[in-house]
Amino acid sequence: MTGPAPAVRWPRLVSGRGRFIADLAVRGMRDVAFVRSPFAHADIVSVDGTAARAVPGIDAVFTHDDLAPFVQPFRGTHALFEDLVAPEQTALAKSRVRHVGEPVALVIGPDRAVCEDAAELVEVDYAPRPAIAGPEAAIAEGAPAIHEAAPDNAALTMHAGTDAVDEAFAEADVVVEATFAFARHTGVPLEPRGLIAAFDPSDRSLTVHHSHQCPAAMQQAFATLLGLDAHRVTVICPDVGGAFGIKQQLYADELAVVAASVRLGQPLRFLADRLESMASDIQARHHIIKGRLGAARDGTLLAIDVDDILAIGPYSQYPRTSLGEGRAMLSCTAAPYRVGAVRARSRAVFTNLGMAGHYRGVGHPIATAVTEGLLDKAARALKTDPVALRQKNLWPQETGPNTTALGTTFEALPYGPCLDALNAAIPSQSLEAWRDSVRAEGLLAGFGHAVFVEMTSRGPAFYGDGRVDVSTRDGCFIRLEPSGAVRVSASVTEQGQGVETAVAQVVAHTLGVPLDAVAILTGDTAVTTHGGGTWASRSLAAGGHAAWQAATQLKTEIVQIAGVLLQAAPKTLDVKDGAVVDRADGRVRMALAELAATCHFRPHHLPDGRQPALEAVASFGPFDAPFRAGCGVQLCAVTIDPDTGIVRVVRHAVAHDCGVVANPLFVDGQLKGGIAQGLGAALTEQLLYDEDAQLLSGSLAEYKMPMAPEMPDIEIIHAGGDERMDEDAPPRFVGVGEAGTAGAPAAVQNAINDALAPRAAELFEMPATPERVLAALNRRASV
Amino acid sequence: MRNVPLTVTVNGRTLTATVSARMTLVDFLRDTLDLTGTHIGCGHGVCGACTVRFDGVPVRACLILAASAEGRTVDTIEGLSQAGHLSDLQAAFMAHGGLQCGYCTPGMLLMAHDLLADNPHPSREEIRQALAGQICRCTGYGPIVDAIEAAANAMAKGAS
Repeated sequence: MTGPAPAVRWPRLVSGRGRFIADLAVRGMRDVAFVRSPFAHADIVSVDGTAARAVPGIDAVFTHDDLAPFVQPFRGTHALFEDLVAPEQTALAKSRVRHVGEPVALVIGPDRAVCEDAAELVEVDYAPRPAIAGPEAAIAEGAPAIHEAAPDNAALTMHAGTDAVDEAFAEADVVVEATFAFARHTGVPLEPRGLIAAFDPSDRSLTVHHSHQCPAAMQQAFATLLGLDAHRVTVICPDVGGAFGIKQQLYADELAVVAASVRLGQPLRFLADRLESMASDIQARHHIIKGRLGAARDGTLLAIDVDDILAIGPYSQYPRTSLGEGRAMLSCTAAPYRVGAVRARSRAVFTNLGMAGHYRGVGHPIATAVTEGLLDKAARALKTDPVALRQKNLWPQETGPNTTALGTTFEALPYGPCLDALNAAIPSQSLEAWRDSVRAEGLLAGFGHAVFVEMTSRGPAFYGDGRVDVSTRDGCFIRLEPSGAVRVSASVTEQGQGVETAVAQVVAHTLGVPLDAVAILTGDTAVTTHGGGTWASRSLAAGGHAAWQAATQLKTEIVQIAGVLLQAAPKTLDVKDGAVVDRADGRVRMALAELAATCHFRPHHLPDGRQPALEAVASFGPFDAPFRAGCGVQLCAVTIDPDTGIVRVVRHAVAHDCGVVANPLFVDGQLKGGIAQGLGAALTEQLLYDEDAQLLSGSLAEYKMPMAPEMPDIEIIHAGGDERMDEDAPPRFVGVGEAGTAGAPAAVQNAINDALAPRAAELFEMPATPERVLAALNRRASV
Repeated sequence: MRNVPLTVTVNGRTLTATVSARMTLVDFLRDTLDLTGTHIGCGHGVCGACTVRFDGVPVRACLILAASAEGRTVDTIEGLSQAGHLSDLQAAFMAHGGLQCGYCTPGMLLMAHDLLADNPHPSREEIRQALAGQICRCTGYGPIVDAIEAAANAMAKGAS
């Protein structure tokens, strides 16, 4: 039942019959447009909507004061980080705007075009203030404070590791250092954000169709902030056109639309356009990091020290905060390696750039690029083979679980076997021969490896103990229909990764029915259990486990009933391919349809008088470890034209382990898609702001993502062995959605530096644009 | 806003309508005709999600005014499959994971159909070049190239 089945939604998606938010309609629905701040930082002196309200067809123009009675302000706090400065945020800006694109007024009318016409007539008088446009500006001497509560613009400083690192550096034969700079990114799901909010004042019920990953979290947030009964709030996520973490949290503009629907008692639709997406979608990855590594002459890693400044936006993102990247930095830095001592500091600083939160890989790509970049630089200094240096220092699988020098415990992970598998498939010697041949033609060429670890499927300790009401569990409800087929509802959510289908596959496999006999529904809080949805590559690890559990329970009931009907001991029976069979010889004893019809229509014929339920439900979230870890190695080979600075990726491969591969089509899809985003990060993608924090990259022409011609065919090696689902034990599913983005930028960076090495140049800034590559070639290496 | 009359043939059916002079073709298809298979990914002609065929030529429906479709033919994703029967390309996209979220897929399929109509046996490089104006954020493109290559092979077999 497991295997490369296409996703259950794909037939309609290839037929133009998708059900995205913009494809839906609710009778009486009105459209909206926002008036957004054109300034990065300004006081709002006055807002006048008189002219806008006079536009024919316009229903309302709302400002902060109009919605304030209907919706509470909010703050992205976390109980485990009491020092976090989490300033209050409001659905519409109250008296001050703090980033370009912050919503100031909401215009409601018959269609988007008329609303935009009216929005242009809303007169807002701003008194601009100096703005903070990046990490250095935020901590500069005398920098203006964005919030009074954070005079130095620091939201939170986190530490891990110990000062023993200073002594360890003193022992080192070789010390290398580099300053890493990462550009600000956003996820760019091709379907922009959107929702339809419909409040019914007659019973105070709210239904929101929402392009989102976490409907249960939004149900919770809407109920809390709007003062509604949570059990009368329903959030439905229909087809969602990509998400990548961008559709994981609460947005002020979306909350404003819901509050306006409550105020008006009318369905309202908001569809973000691309410009407002670039300004207001969650942004990420904007770090400057000083890193240092010390090693003994024999290659033993002795010390690593990293100091990170992360530029978040002007507020702490609600509800999950903007700390995720820094936290991941503190867990993932050097995690694959046994290092004598490691110290890490991450400072999250407020800026007047867009809101910052979680984007696929959350901090992993940064930690990996820093660790692996330092490792390769050390290999060059030691004149040793970088693969051998890694093999020498990786945690052996046999000794796991291992607690890293930064204090995070990882289960036994096959770093070494992944590196061996990659090296066996693509030996360094063959890459060296290729590199020599390209160099002979006058181009620069290089290749690089990057070992990554991936923390997936977080348990409840972080958000739960942080008093952040976000579920880390997922549930699965299964019922046997009279036809013998099953209906499943699951709290995992689908944005293209295929998890919905994978859960159906787990049910089919475990229960013993064909995949075609399973209908699955996800993304509806009225129907599914309260669960996490999709984030941090958790869906199959949590939701697949729950599906296995529920299917096992239902199968137990089926076999018991079959035992009664067939006068056989239940333990002698099994369910296979939609029929009750004899466990010993596989002989069909009874079609599932026959058993189901008996139970549904003629239950009084059951000899033991039982009332069959024919349904089962289970929820699961990991308690045994803070997360499920996966790992792997990526390899990238590049050529660089020294005249133009253009980097071309000619080869990219990954060897990885993610436990049981439920559906290789989806696992490969996650890896390839993640790597593509990682290559974009390394080479082209950057949100550009000027020194006044004015957004310069408001279109997809300026925010350059990878396109088909420059993408290589990505080679994938499943190095985790041929692990299968066992009938009697929970399947070991590990997430794989972050893996691609976690490792790809580091591998590209290392390949570029391998290519630049003969010219004594190096580059630790991303993206490696032609301008930066040429500057690096002119600058030459610092050591 | 001025309204203009419009006669246009969409997926083989000729129809008349009155549209706002400033309405784009993609809004006309989606909002007036309820042909919501054509998606808007950027609204400024970069992503290719709204690709339709306009007198047989692939265009960005977000950059064309509906009024300019007067007397023209427009083909959309809804015209690619009849009564649930998928084309070779649609089937190949499913078999090879040539889509994930499906948002770019209608544009990709229109462009792929156009490619194979002109060049029934494209190389992988030619396929990649043909998709140079289509953004997919999910797949990394390789599986889409695989799908188009497989469909070309299937169509060649079917034709022989």
